[in-house]
Amino acid sequence: MSTLTELSLSEVTTGLRHGNFSSRELAQAYLERIERLDPALHTFLTLTPELALVQADQADQLLSDWRKNGGAAPSPLLGIPLAVKDILCVAGVRCTCGSRILENFIPPYNATSVARLRQAGMVILGKTNTDEFAMGSSTENSAYGVTHNPWDLSRVPGGSSGGSAAAVAAGLAPLALGTDTGGSVRQPASLCGVTGLKPTYGRVSRYGLVAFGSSLDVVGVFGHSAADAALVFAQMAGQDTLDATSVELPVPEFQPDASTKPSLYGLRVGVPGEYFITGMQPEVEAAIHQAITILEELGAVIQPVSLPHTQYALPVYYLIAPAEASANLARYDGVRYGPRQPAEVMWDVFRHTRGELFGPEVKRRIMLGTYALSAGYYDAYYGQAQKVRTLIKRDFDQAFTQVNLIATPATPNTAFRIGEHADDPLSMYLEDIFTLPANLAGVPGIAFPAGFDSKGLPIGIQLTAASFQEDLLFRAAHAYQQATDWHTRRPSLNQS
Amino acid sequence: MEFEAVIGLEVHAELETRSKMFCACPVVDSTVAQPNIAVCPICAGMPGVLPVVNQRAVEYALRVALALECQINHTSLFARKNYFYPDLPKGYQISQYEQPLARHGKLVIVTSQGERLIRVRRVHLEEDTGKLTHVSRDGQAYSLVDLNRAGVPLLEIVSEPDLHTAEEVRQYATALRSILRYLQVNSGDMQKGVMRIEPNVSVRPLGSTEFGTRTEIKNLNSFRALERGVAFEIQRQIEIIQKGGQVIQETRGWDEARDVTFSQRIKEGEDDYRYFPEPDLPPLVVEAEWIETVRRDLPELPAARLLRFQQNYDLGSYDASVLTLEPAVADYFEQAVQAASGIPPKTIANWITGELFGLMNQAGIGIEELRVTPEALAELTRMVVQGEINQNTAKAVLAEIFESGQPAAEIVARRGLSQISDADFITGLVQQVLSENPDQIASYLAGKETVSRWLFGQVMRLAKGQANPQVIQTALDRQLQELKNRPR
Ligand SMILES: [Zn+2]
Repeated sequence: MSTLTELSLSEVTTGLRHGNFSSRELAQAYLERIERLDPALHTFLTLTPELALVQADQADQLLSDWRKNGGAAPSPLLGIPLAVKDILCVAGVRCTCGSRILENFIPPYNATSVARLRQAGMVILGKTNTDEFAMGSSTENSAYGVTHNPWDLSRVPGGSSGGSAAAVAAGLAPLALGTDTGGSVRQPASLCGVTGLKPTYGRVSRYGLVAFGSSLDVVGVFGHSAADAALVFAQMAGQDTLDATSVELPVPEFQPDASTKPSLYGLRVGVPGEYFITGMQPEVEAAIHQAITILEELGAVIQPVSLPHTQYALPVYYLIAPAEASANLARYDGVRYGPRQPAEVMWDVFRHTRGELFGPEVKRRIMLGTYALSAGYYDAYYGQAQKVRTLIKRDFDQAFTQVNLIATPATPNTAFRIGEHADDPLSMYLEDIFTLPANLAGVPGIAFPAGFDSKGLPIGIQLTAASFQEDLLFRAAHAYQQATDWHTRRPSLNQS
Repeated sequence: MEFEAVIGLEVHAELETRSKMFCACPVVDSTVAQPNIAVCPICAGMPGVLPVVNQRAVEYALRVALALECQINHTSLFARKNYFYPDLPKGYQISQYEQPLARHGKLVIVTSQGERLIRVRRVHLEEDTGKLTHVSRDGQAYSLVDLNRAGVPLLEIVSEPDLHTAEEVRQYATALRSILRYLQVNSGDMQKGVMRIEPNVSVRPLGSTEFGTRTEIKNLNSFRALERGVAFEIQRQIEIIQKGGQVIQETRGWDEARDVTFSQRIKEGEDDYRYFPEPDLPPLVVEAEWIETVRRDLPELPAARLLRFQQNYDLGSYDASVLTLEPAVADYFEQAVQAASGIPPKTIANWITGELFGLMNQAGIGIEELRVTPEALAELTRMVVQGEINQNTAKAVLAEIFESGQPAAEIVARRGLSQISDADFITGLVQQVLSENPDQIASYLAGKETVSRWLFGQVMRLAKGQANPQVIQTALDRQLQELKNRPR
């Protein structure tokens, strides 16, 4: 039965429709694999096997009804297992956000993204590990332990959606949801050798996504291919009345070209010099140039492009995201939900609950953000950051008048060792240097495997498009994946 | 030295929409509803939830802003006001800061010194907080949180510091309350806390243009408390300065029982709420077309109605202002005037502001609960004017209608209260009284004119109070005159 977890998504969809195997059998296969492999990986924080089997049985019922009665083809996602980052709410399932302050929090509502995927009949396996409140690039900031990179267990999977990325890479789920505030989908996708999409800001409802940086947060998806990710994206994207920042625009359907060399003729791909910095891993740089050559061979026109304010993305991000986070995390006071540290007076209840149950990185960012918003500092920090953010956004606007896509490395380095950046938050922050600008500009990005370094660790390329042009990302990434096989490689986990 | 007080008012008015500001929870009367009955994940500030603006609340806010002749910002911004308190579920209040919904309004008030124009600095939308109840039970002290009120739309109306006396403060607050009630956005019930007024008060030497240190007065839950609190605070500050002391910037509470303000919280500089634009909400765009629709649909406002009452009904400004303060009273008056065609409106106004208000005050009820219909009052007034009953009988009848709601004619008939206007009959009563009281007649004829009043009373007594006083007076005067002319 374990072979079910090795099938491609389209093979699974076909198999389910034909009744070659059931959704229940599929879910069981994944649950068994999780049980066997996850103790070493620690990708899941909460497993929901009972829920998964109930949902799988519902899917099987729909599939059998369809086989009997015909009618419109069911969703390709019907009966397909899904892992959900533990920062997106699933009704009735504990949602910790990787934090002790939400240790026992069970949301009574679904995130809209989750609800829409449930509507398509997806089967939820459980909740995956994350840096506490998505603040981090390695899952090392999770209060519940680090996730291990399936390609090298001594290394991090990236973060903050490291649990989801590693789960897909290790074959513990065919698809997984993540969130991306500064690269939290694309960076772990890159480090784990899977495809990770960060949609345009406002494209997917944020309702039920536990907020970190509200003007930056986006629900994203991990899969083995751009085509797989596109299916999930299509199902969850679109305006939501529960999210006033979600945008009312049609979501174009992506139809993957099945040929081995889909044409990228007519696409212009820009390569920004600002993203090829000294200090980045030479193997990464070489792999990205190689990948760009392949895009060219597929018909794309490659040209240099400039994003001159790139160097400011990091400081701007580390003012805006913590500022928003400092307000977003104010609600965790122990009054209405979550654990409460008892004390004699009210202020001490707040102080102890927050002081003892938030981890150090969360506290660091709350303090940074509080400072950036304080009277007398607001203009110099938060206000200034907003102005520079506009410049960064303008860089992209400008670039996208010349090109359709921008190709860059997803990360400067391949997966780093657990503990490598433990004493140096700034060096950790630098891991997201190539992914932060897209969040500041709100534009969509996709990261996918483009080779391996000499240590056998995946290298990721990132494509960025203008707002609401996810279909271009899918088209280019899919063409690349038809022409290459990096995305089909799997870590060998059986001996571990 | 003479002093001048400088006072600005911050008024918070809940908007009585069906649902809350950012979620679908109903707006309930939080003074009577079961705690936490109108609460959802959004207004409880649970993780991952998002606010969505209630358009009806924006419309209500527009009504008020337009009634105050404000400039409306076509694009306004929501902002987060950050502070910790257990009644504030998100740890921040969604409010408006740098770009409020409306600015630069005005309100004309009438005081004993004449009309005054008070400028309105800004009108903005925000959400209300929950409520804490402090409990002590079995030696344990703790607090309970009720979130029914959390997220209820709240309008903040900030005046410029254009007010100078407690009377002006009261008149401004009263006029504002009247507008809110006319616009049907707020009941103006200060006891229930749906309208909350926080004056900030400072004093300075008369003629100075610099502001003194101001204090803010909280928990004023009636107009009386507002007026007395401000008056007390002005006097307190003047006394401090006269004694060579300095006013401290602080928040002061109002102690209703002792009639004083007391220090609640000393402010060291301004509070830092770390306002920043609310990233969960796009800018609030109010199209010109929407503004015009709201403007067109505004009801007649108190000031316009007052003017119309003065002109159309020939009322004095006092009567007109008393009648127009409450829209329901004004409606009542107009219905009564309509029902009583030919009766001077002034007469009806007198009955309402005199007898009827007296009865209502005694019973402690509002016009909505009144059992005397405008038509019934009109009928009663007509009976008096046409001499069917006299004034005193009418008062008694009104009191009975007030209790029973029965029609006036029915009460008059049942109790045989019709006024006696038969001149022959009344002349007979006069003759009887005169013949039975020779001593009084003698003293009258000796020059004690006041005896005639006593004689009038005797005649009315014989008539059981139902005789037409006019007819008695005429008959009495005539017969007394005859006695005077009779040769002695
Ligand atoms: Zn609610």
